[in-house]
Amino acid sequence: MARQDYELIVIGAGPAGLAAALSAKEHGLSRILVLERDTELGGILNQCIHNGFGLHYFNEELTGPEYAGRFIDQLDGSGIEIVCDTMVIRLENSDDWRIVHAMSVEKGYQRLKCRAVILAMGCRERTRFAIQIPGSRPAGIFNAGTAQRYVNIEGKMVGRRVIILGSGDIGLIMARRMTLEGAKVLACVELLPYSGGLNRNIVQCLHDFDIPLYLSHTITNIEGKKRVQRVTVQQVDENRRPIPGTEMYYDVDTVLLSVGLIPENELSSEAGVKIDRRTSGPFVYENLETSEKGIFACGNVLHVHDLVDYVTEESQAAGKAAAAFVLGDAPADSGHVIEIKTEPTVSYTVPQTVRVNEVERSLRIFLRVNKIWEETSYIVFRDGDNVIARFKRDYMAPGEMENANIPRVLLDRVKGNTLRVLIEEA
Amino acid sequence: MFDVAIIGAGVSGSALAYELSRFHLDVVVLEKENDVALGASRANTAIVHGGYDPSPDTLMGRFNVDGARMCMELVDRLDVEFRKTGSLIVAFDEEDMKEVRVLYDRGLRNGVPSMEILDGKEVCRREPNLSKEIIGALWVPESGVINPWEFTLALMEVAVREGVELRLCEKVISLKKRDEGYLVETERGMYTARYVVNATGVHSDEVHNMVAEQAFNIHPTRGQYYLLDRSIGEVVKSVIFQCPSPLGKGVLVSPTIHYNTLVGPDSEVIEDCENTSTTREALDDIARQAKRSVPSLQLGSNIRNFAGVRANSDYGDFYIKMSAPHFLDIAAIKSPGLTCAPRIATYAIELLREAGLDFKEKEAWDGTRRVVRFKEIPEEEREVFIREHPLYGRVICRCETITEGEIVEAIHRPITPVSLDGIKRRAGTGMGRCQSGFCGPRVQEILARETGKAPEDILQDKEGSHILIGDTKEGRV
Amino acid sequence: MKTLICIVCPRGCHLNIDEENDYKVTGHHCEKGETYGRNELLHPVRVVTSTVKVNSDIHPRCPVKTDQSIPKDDVFHAMKLLDSVLLTPPIRRGDIVVENIADSGAHFVATRDLDT
Repeated sequence: MARQDYELIVIGAGPAGLAAALSAKEHGLSRILVLERDTELGGILNQCIHNGFGLHYFNEELTGPEYAGRFIDQLDGSGIEIVCDTMVIRLENSDDWRIVHAMSVEKGYQRLKCRAVILAMGCRERTRFAIQIPGSRPAGIFNAGTAQRYVNIEGKMVGRRVIILGSGDIGLIMARRMTLEGAKVLACVELLPYSGGLNRNIVQCLHDFDIPLYLSHTITNIEGKKRVQRVTVQQVDENRRPIPGTEMYYDVDTVLLSVGLIPENELSSEAGVKIDRRTSGPFVYENLETSEKGIFACGNVLHVHDLVDYVTEESQAAGKAAAAFVLGDAPADSGHVIEIKTEPTVSYTVPQTVRVNEVERSLRIFLRVNKIWEETSYIVFRDGDNVIARFKRDYMAPGEMENANIPRVLLDRVKGNTLRVLIEEA
Repeated sequence: MFDVAIIGAGVSGSALAYELSRFHLDVVVLEKENDVALGASRANTAIVHGGYDPSPDTLMGRFNVDGARMCMELVDRLDVEFRKTGSLIVAFDEEDMKEVRVLYDRGLRNGVPSMEILDGKEVCRREPNLSKEIIGALWVPESGVINPWEFTLALMEVAVREGVELRLCEKVISLKKRDEGYLVETERGMYTARYVVNATGVHSDEVHNMVAEQAFNIHPTRGQYYLLDRSIGEVVKSVIFQCPSPLGKGVLVSPTIHYNTLVGPDSEVIEDCENTSTTREALDDIARQAKRSVPSLQLGSNIRNFAGVRANSDYGDFYIKMSAPHFLDIAAIKSPGLTCAPRIATYAIELLREAGLDFKEKEAWDGTRRVVRFKEIPEEEREVFIREHPLYGRVICRCETITEGEIVEAIHRPITPVSLDGIKRRAGTGMGRCQSGFCGPRVQEILARETGKAPEDILQDKEGSHILIGDTKEGRV
Repeated sequence: MKTLICIVCPRGCHLNIDEENDYKVTGHHCEKGETYGRNELLHPVRVVTSTVKVNSDIHPRCPVKTDQSIPKDDVFHAMKLLDSVLLTPPIRRGDIVVENIADSGAHFVATRDLDT
């Protein structure tokens, strides 16, 4: 049985895995292995050929492949071992070692031993069935990301007359992409009263091409035996129930679904990693360690990000923490542990638990609000009734992840074991 | 001239083709779709029924117990996924308990072995997720869940390997009596056969009427389903039926061979026998009824809805007889048709023999089939297996852990698939939670490569279900 | 007064542009936003991203972008120029694919490396 011992194995070589591996290397690890299921590095960025990546991190506007390229370049001569076309199918955890079961054509079935693991497997798309759109099941119904792969990587057209359900960024980007390739996009339909995508994408991808966006609408039926022929769109009430009499019919051959992303954690769950139902990703501590010792998580497997720049930062933190763990600088469980509790205005936070002693200068907390806040308001952290920190925001929306950087000195003021986070109007 | 032409490659036609392949006969199977098992055989409750339900004076009642036993033998011989889970028919009140006892007695008359009537406490002990309102149940251990399309495919694959000719995309449009048999006209050509067998499911009345007086009418009956993600865990261990009552037949909650949970069906007579659409109303209704059995059922973990159309009829039983000279109907095959299929096939052979067809057994006939499922290979043997069969080292469908080796093997079996769904039925790709979002394009690529086609020629499912419509950069802007 | 959502960065500021008053911009949070708001009304521009054909079985397409913004009205014309391009690997990030799109001074450049 093939047996090599690594300090760190990173599962996934998308933006998260690459940044994590490079950061772990920078923080002192030398035996690092990255396992990637695809035949090339870069993950989903390879098919995200549009620009808009890197504004925060590189302070310039890059396309997906360019953003990935910057990290792939750094691997040269880094000594990080990379193996593509390899699937991790099981993860075992014990006190001292993690064992990664990986398989590939080249190397067969391997049980790879390592001190730490970073989960960086990304996410998958929610399907038509997860949201239970009734009707027939013809060809021509695609997840937007699957269509993106066909169009951008394979160079194949998936349809001529298109309707898009969901105004998430991938859906918006595909509306423009399909239009530029000669398809007619008839409408973008969004169940919620607001779009989940970035404003700039609504402008550049819909407004530029006069594609109507129907908010508080959904697709309630799909017809067609061989290929999609017609869909029914209906307005929904405040409980997201279709309103009879509001039916609109579209003759289309293609439905693209951009109805949400779900972190892919089947592997994590089987290894015992506890999953937060709010994020569908692992519960993590301030250093991005999961409930399982030595297993860290970052990127879209942890929670779905809207900007890759934040994935990079988060993954660098995970790489650094994994390095510290391997080099024996592991967090002690003693000390003040604070659980961050979300109030109804906030849908989740990452991390969920903070070991105060492990926070150096400050702790960045990512969170999402669950409705649009158009007026100036505050992200407030409270210990009981005491305000620990307040962050002013002019505008917040569920589609745009917020973050708040809390200085260690303020965390030290928390007396209880919970820190409540909520949004308060100014 | 063929000795026998079987029209329809569902489970009935396939089981008969399998049985006929034992003999020195020239057999052709004419199927209107591009693959086998594309009618009721692919969208049903996937159960090998115990046999307590049909009346003893019907063919259904006579064949069920034998059929179930034959199915359980065949799944071993054909390496088809099957699990003997047993079934429970649950009772919520005394009225239901009366029905349970009726079913028990009927089961005894049909020869169903080892049934028991359980009290509510015992039901609860065996199936902790069931409603606490259940006061008792009928336990039928000799029943289980099967992969129905794999079963159908396996039967036909062996038949084809053993000499039966399968002609796909051959829709029969007329049958004309000739001296020695029939002239069978399809949309694309002509066949002659001494004997014709009608195994056309929801279309079996139409085909019957081509040669005989109208004797029965099919009432196509649609049933809709939910398939739930196995990540929610084992909801039920056995198949949970509700008692048929004046309120309706009730819906079932059942484990599948892959440890998902299947919920459904409803029952709705429809005009268009090819209409397998789902509807909001029916799905909501099924959800409500299923929660009566399993109150905690998480329908939010749905990974697929589907519907199948059953060949219910006004005849009240399977319609299996020589309806015209040299013309055998295996018609109006509804539930428990899947279970009965092997028994129907042997009965059909009896009828054909009586009608003058000569059966001479082949000296060498192999009725078995084996497939490799990577998931089932013990961990310690995987390394060696992949070294010897490298393509089994590449996982293509990540939700179900299906390897390229399994896909390639499925493509090169006796019946070549032409669609993603064809691969799904053979290898199990795309059955999981992502519903082929990830593996779809890769399976398409492999199928195109292995069959020498362009990716655009690979279909989603039936003829005309094109996934791709051409290349980008063709100057269409 | 015209209202626009700024698309310079993901923040998406809501801009008000006063056409009567020398296209004065309010509601922006940075200088880029101010410039954007004015330009968007006077002469809107976009970066175009797409793909071109590649002579390769493994990578049938290579992603490209305009290396600077081009007038919004030229976007479809620019797309047409890509139809007739066929690249042969190796390709390097930044390689010029189409020069001087519609005399705009912008080029289409490859956005990834593709090896033979």
